[in-house]
Amino acid sequence: MVLKKVGGAQKMLNTKDKVFQNLHGFEEPFIEGALQRGSWSNTKEILSKNQNDIIELVKSSQLRGRGGAGFSTGLKWSFMPKDTGKQHYLVVNADESEPGTCKDREIIRNDPHTLVEGCLIASYAIQASKCYIYIRGEYHYEYVQLEKAIEEAYNRGYIGKNACGSGFDFDLYVHRGAGAYICGEETALLESLEGKKGQPRLKPPFPAGVGLYGMPTTINNVESIAVVPTILRRGPDWFKSIGVENNTGTKIFCISGNVNKPCTVEEEMGIPLKELVEKHCHGVEGGWDNLKAIVPGGSSTPMLPKNVCESVLMNFDDLKANGSGLGTAGVIVVNKNNDIAEVIERFAHFYKHESCGQCTPCREGTGWMHRMMQRLVRGEISPEQIELLENVTKQVEGHTICALGDAAAWPIQGLIKNFKSELISKYNKKLKAS
Amino acid sequence: MSGNHPGLSNNFSRSGVKFSWSKDNLKSIKNIISKYPKGREQSAVMPLLYLAQEQNHNWISIECIETIAETLSMPKIRVTEVASFYSMYNTRPVGENLVQICRTSPCWLRGSNKITNTICKATKCEINDTSEDNKFTVVEVECLGACSNGPMIQINNDFFEDLDEDSTKKIIDNIKEGKPNIIGSQKGRRSSENA
Repeated sequence: MVLKKVGGAQKMLNTKDKVFQNLHGFEEPFIEGALQRGSWSNTKEILSKNQNDIIELVKSSQLRGRGGAGFSTGLKWSFMPKDTGKQHYLVVNADESEPGTCKDREIIRNDPHTLVEGCLIASYAIQASKCYIYIRGEYHYEYVQLEKAIEEAYNRGYIGKNACGSGFDFDLYVHRGAGAYICGEETALLESLEGKKGQPRLKPPFPAGVGLYGMPTTINNVESIAVVPTILRRGPDWFKSIGVENNTGTKIFCISGNVNKPCTVEEEMGIPLKELVEKHCHGVEGGWDNLKAIVPGGSSTPMLPKNVCESVLMNFDDLKANGSGLGTAGVIVVNKNNDIAEVIERFAHFYKHESCGQCTPCREGTGWMHRMMQRLVRGEISPEQIELLENVTKQVEGHTICALGDAAAWPIQGLIKNFKSELISKYNKKLKAS
Repeated sequence: MSGNHPGLSNNFSRSGVKFSWSKDNLKSIKNIISKYPKGREQSAVMPLLYLAQEQNHNWISIECIETIAETLSMPKIRVTEVASFYSMYNTRPVGENLVQICRTSPCWLRGSNKITNTICKATKCEINDTSEDNKFTVVEVECLGACSNGPMIQINNDFFEDLDEDSTKKIIDNIKEGKPNIIGSQKGRRSSENA
């Protein structure tokens, strides 16, 4: 894929173009600070627009979902049925659990009003008078912050009956998860909200038709919702002016692993990966040449070898063209001091632990793949068995109700694709030694 | 399965004492149930499990499950199912401080193994054990969602981030001596800014 404009290569994102002005919590996170940052400034005016118009504006901003799949947020909203007379719901997915990802946490604890206001506007657009935010259970402090922001919004009449004086009645609730990664899958999340085990539902029917309590429901990620007020305030053209066609706007990246200064940062969508690591994280531990590979978008996305990391852009389309994905933009950097196979073995352990157990390929497959990965780390699987492992990942992939099976398979496929010869020499070395 | 920590097995047990809601919790329960539509009271099972766990010294006994089932008019097996599916409900008694060490790759790349060793030594616990004085239970867990601040641990509700061996030992020592700890980054970061 040829991307004509190279996003952000020359300069860092301008501070005034950042949506999250308090991402790191140096200012007051609550209402006083939020008002200064522009939250709630003309919400009533926004809510005086026709609902379809809001959806069209969000569509034209080319905002793509920030939770991993990258589906157009406006388009998703447009799937909601209109004037059904039924209760509609907005559900916000704050069950941030993908290894490498810690962006929604910063929004919730440091700039919670962007989310609360976004919930109101998005709910209005899809005719939902009730919204639930499903936050992961471990985020206790973030939950407390969010509850406080919601209380403030209620007290000031921003939400509740006749929200912001718009005539729209709106209630917002927070529901805490309890430590299950799978509840980040949208239908598992709905099951969990209904007080059941978090096991994904078969689709169709899709949540827009039959969702929470059987009613029309839209599920969006925290970051997708929290950027909406700013998009509507500054206009879709402003949002589109950042990044490139179909990969627009700003994006929060979380960088972890072997960098000198791991951090979370809001940048232009499509910033070159190398620049992200060099400028914001002060480089790889031991220098760029000590880089082994980078997992660009959370544990599920296949790793990129060093030569791809040199030039790849951090957006949906360029990463896809390079055999990976933007996912949640959780960038995990691995240098040569660590065993890349063990990085993936630990992911395999994660998926084994988090499989809900509903589908056989995933329940049995994640356990089997993890055991093979353990042996692979020890150099105990032969080239034929490596092929067998790769083959099994392909039998898990695409054969389960939800994408957890795929997510477990991809990192292993990425490892074998990029480092097969190394894995084989590991085996040969072990063979010689014994 | 998504279930519990390896050591906090799914075998529920009885505490031997009937579990009844405290006055405060009875009030909270009313509030919680009102967040969900009429006829959908089952949605409150997760928040009620949290309340019960808090009141019952940080674990869920069979008695807790029976009381929740009664409160929400749900079959006991449905409550049990939920309690065993989610890892944050402790199905056996745990120490005063539940120490959860993140073991997933981003933290591991930054030395979570050393943190685990330090904690096991300082608390005199093996992984999945509770210390003799009941002060600590130590478990290894999957990603806790503070990856830019790894390695990190969670003790009860609090996150401790940007750890090294010294700061980790200090945190455990402070708990032992009843001294307060600084929550969050142990290297003076406000959150996950580049610093």
